[in-house]
Amino acid sequence: MLALTDYLTLGAILFSISVVGIFLNRRNLIIMLMAIELMLLAVNMNFIAFSHFHGNLDGQVFVFFILTVAAAEAAIGLAILIVLFRNRRTINVNDLDLMKG
Amino acid sequence: MAFDTLVFYVFAAVLVFAALRVVTCRNPVHAALFLVLAFLNSAGLWLLLEAEFLAMTLVLVYVGAVMVLFLFVVMMLDVNLTEMRAGMRRFAPLGLGVGVLLLVEMALIVRSSAFSADQVGDPVRHAADYSNTKALGSVLYTDYVYAFEIAAVILLLAIIAAIALTLRKRPETRYQDPARQVSVRREDRVRLIKMPAEKRG
Repeated sequence: MLALTDYLTLGAILFSISVVGIFLNRRNLIIMLMAIELMLLAVNMNFIAFSHFHGNLDGQVFVFFILTVAAAEAAIGLAILIVLFRNRRTINVNDLDLMKG
Repeated sequence: MAFDTLVFYVFAAVLVFAALRVVTCRNPVHAALFLVLAFLNSAGLWLLLEAEFLAMTLVLVYVGAVMVLFLFVVMMLDVNLTEMRAGMRRFAPLGLGVGVLLLVEMALIVRSSAFSADQVGDPVRHAADYSNTKALGSVLYTDYVYAFEIAAVILLLAIIAAIALTLRKRPETRYQDPARQVSVRREDRVRLIKMPAEKRG
């Protein structure tokens, strides 16, 4: 019999992997965006697990809105990425120092 | 071992493997494809949690739209892969340290007695004719209708922002303007000049 703890542990593992991914891929903005998507997935997993085990639909409604906002975030993030690459010919995070004071 | 436990562990193992490959892949195209694998496996897990509508939405919206967008962007940018490799070794100890610390902390919370099976209780088993989509819709269009409309506005904002950011005028390219071609008059192009006839030199 599966318990709530199993799903929460899986969510914690996923979240930690994506945090490590953000540290590892400091040169590559695209993979950083993908790591953020993985983080949102881990959070959604927790929401749905709680929703299932408590018999309450509100968690699933919240996941629905997270999916909406994440899609908008991905679209705008990738648009910014494209404009950035057009102007600087790089997506290395360390080279993005145009706005330093 | 019960069947759903087996399904859970298979899907979870593939999900964790795919997530690890997403963050360690050198090639962004491979990373995007492993992210697709991760989304598909978590959709399977969500089916196990009886969230059928969201599992289908994850496959349709994420795998079908967002990841295709990622793949298009990856293929449009010609990034230097050898330059990408350079930093990975340097940040690895710090990243692994933070990741393990985070995992241990979250495990301490998650494994505490507040989330144990005797506290939470067994999940409600729904009847065979229970429709998750119908139940979700009846909540979404009544209690959460304002949030739902704001979500629609956010999507509109994303459309406009993405187009406005990437739109560019290129003055150096030459192109035809059919409206000007059609609206031109004879006087604009042809000029008749009266001049005396010249003698051949």
